[in-house]
Amino acid sequence: MTRQILIDPVTRIEGHAKISIHLDDNGDVQEARLHVTEFRGFERFCEGRPFWEMPGITARICGICPVSHLLASAKAGDALLSVTIPPAAEKLRRLMNLGQIVQSHALSFFHLSAPDLLLGFDSDPARRNVFGLMTADPMFARAGIRLRQFGQDIIAMLGGSKIHPAWAVPGGVRSAPTAAQRADIAQRLPEARATVLDALRRFKTLLDTHHDEAATFGNFPSLFLGLVGPHGEWEHYDGHLRVVDSGGAIVADQVEPSRYRDIIAEAVEPWSYLKMPYYRARGYPAGMYRVGPLARLNICTRIGTLLADAELGEMRQRAGGIATSSFYYHYARLVEILAALERISLLLDDPDIDSLRLRAEAGVNQFEGIGVSEAPRGTLFHHYMVDAHGLIQSVNLIIATGHNNLAMNRTIAQIARHYVKGDRISEGALNRVEAGIRAYDPCLSCSTHAAGTMPLVVTLIAADGTVLDEVRR
Amino acid sequence: MAARTFTINDQLISAREGETILQAAREHGISIPTLCHLDGVSSVGACRLCLVEIEGSRVLRPACVTPVVEEMIVRTDTERLREYRRMIIELLFAERNHVCAVCVANGHCELQDLAIAVGMDHVRFDYAFPRCDVDISHPLFGIDHNRCVLCTRCVRVCDEVEGVHTWDVAGRGADARVITDMRQPWGEARSCTSCGKCVLACPTGAIFRRGATVGEMERDRHKIAYIVAAREQRW
Repeated sequence: MTRQILIDPVTRIEGHAKISIHLDDNGDVQEARLHVTEFRGFERFCEGRPFWEMPGITARICGICPVSHLLASAKAGDALLSVTIPPAAEKLRRLMNLGQIVQSHALSFFHLSAPDLLLGFDSDPARRNVFGLMTADPMFARAGIRLRQFGQDIIAMLGGSKIHPAWAVPGGVRSAPTAAQRADIAQRLPEARATVLDALRRFKTLLDTHHDEAATFGNFPSLFLGLVGPHGEWEHYDGHLRVVDSGGAIVADQVEPSRYRDIIAEAVEPWSYLKMPYYRARGYPAGMYRVGPLARLNICTRIGTLLADAELGEMRQRAGGIATSSFYYHYARLVEILAALERISLLLDDPDIDSLRLRAEAGVNQFEGIGVSEAPRGTLFHHYMVDAHGLIQSVNLIIATGHNNLAMNRTIAQIARHYVKGDRISEGALNRVEAGIRAYDPCLSCSTHAAGTMPLVVTLIAADGTVLDEVRR
Repeated sequence: MAARTFTINDQLISAREGETILQAAREHGISIPTLCHLDGVSSVGACRLCLVEIEGSRVLRPACVTPVVEEMIVRTDTERLREYRRMIIELLFAERNHVCAVCVANGHCELQDLAIAVGMDHVRFDYAFPRCDVDISHPLFGIDHNRCVLCTRCVRVCDEVEGVHTWDVAGRGADARVITDMRQPWGEARSCTSCGKCVLACPTGAIFRRGATVGEMERDRHKIAYIVAAREQRW
């Protein structure tokens, strides 16, 4: 039976999930739900803190993407101070976010999803993990791990530590890298680029053999939301919101991020701690949208760098325009790594980052501040209200996993309809359901790091409410 | 001034009459942990970390306020003292809300250093989780009572060195708080000269520069003793 949890407020999550699959009288899958059953409480216990501390505190929401929270929080702080941060600070923040995109996407693809893709969805679950991948293809696994390390080292170079650097602050950043540190990163770029190009080549051959997965892993029309630059180009740190439908039509464009509530509303379901955001104009649940790498590539006009634009062109050709299957998230992730590497190369040579002016100083000039940036998993909003002295009065965080909530539920239902037969869940079907969620790379899968050990319970429920089968990881 | 000879940890020590055990020990390179003590201001013996054993004395004595006595036998590092010191540090952590990872003083905190020095790997007491205020009404500085250990360094440095006595302590026991003027918000405390000596003196992240972020509160606490020495030599 599904459990009903009535705890208010419903807020942030990360780490534990439960899936229930409901069958109708004929034993066919009627609906499937992803229940997120962990409560964190960040929005509550940050109240009363000076907003200058928020980047350091909110970075602790996640050990995989602390940088995303750090940047969104620092940007909300910039808004409270009403400052335009020094150019060097903005470029260094961008550099860190690119490092974050590389390391997080590399983790998602090589450590978490490649075992499914390269070893097979029905392969032995005991070996279907990053260690099995190391045995089967040590060079590929090693290159992937080194690619992630490369991204991590960019974060460490700037912030002093790979995890939870408290480096971006309201008004700018605390320090700049030395020329020697930059040179070290620059000389490792060719290896990183070769790794991602090899992974792209392999993924494209997989697409040819995984028609079934591509057709059923969250393949449905939806809206896509993300940030774009002034000319609709790919963005990861700043810019404006754009919403595109699955036909490629631009539904909303150049929306000031601070006006996100004009286009996004949030619904709450009693069976999950995770809110269900939707595009306001289309209503709930028709306003379902997706964020993250696939959304960013679906909404942008172009990426703006040579190799990545060529790959984007090919991806669109393969998808027939807008990619509506969440299986393409993996593809998009690889294209974004390539885009990030090209931009890292440009930023490392940018003379602006030699500036010593890194931090704008000001007092509290606004009582409301909204910071938005693109986390590897999608658009991240930090929204703070402060008192006259700068103490936090209220916090609202909308996290990528939340944006994708409706789409993840739809994906699970679609996969379950295709692969769950009768009153039993086979291992291969369980793994595909997991992989369907994993395509979105939600925080709940990355919090456990190891593929195959996602803390997941799948329950199969008959029309009369009896539990037919329950499978645990 | 007469000399006094005695022993600390079996080491023969010669000190001036009127010196404290702490002063004599430090002059001879013997380390005794302290928290409320600050060079340049008076000692109050509040934190009890510098307690030492004196042969023939039934009670433990705080080294920072106990004068040396001829032929006394002092022990600073016994099993009992180590256990008490660790317990004192654990109680300090349990009493307020210390979250090192996101604290402005992380990496530059005397309480954190002491916890490492006494080997505190966990706290054996239940945390009190008191509701404490943060006051950042002053244009330059802030106080977070979550991180205050009531050492009263700020009170003493403000009174004895700056000479204005903005800071004091109100309330008793677990309700005790350092306050500014008549328990007004710091920004409204008219007596405050914004000199920043309390910011220099604070051992933890309780008093900080406004706008400081995680780990940014580095301070030169020796400046207080420097100011006092410079003043005394001129007079």
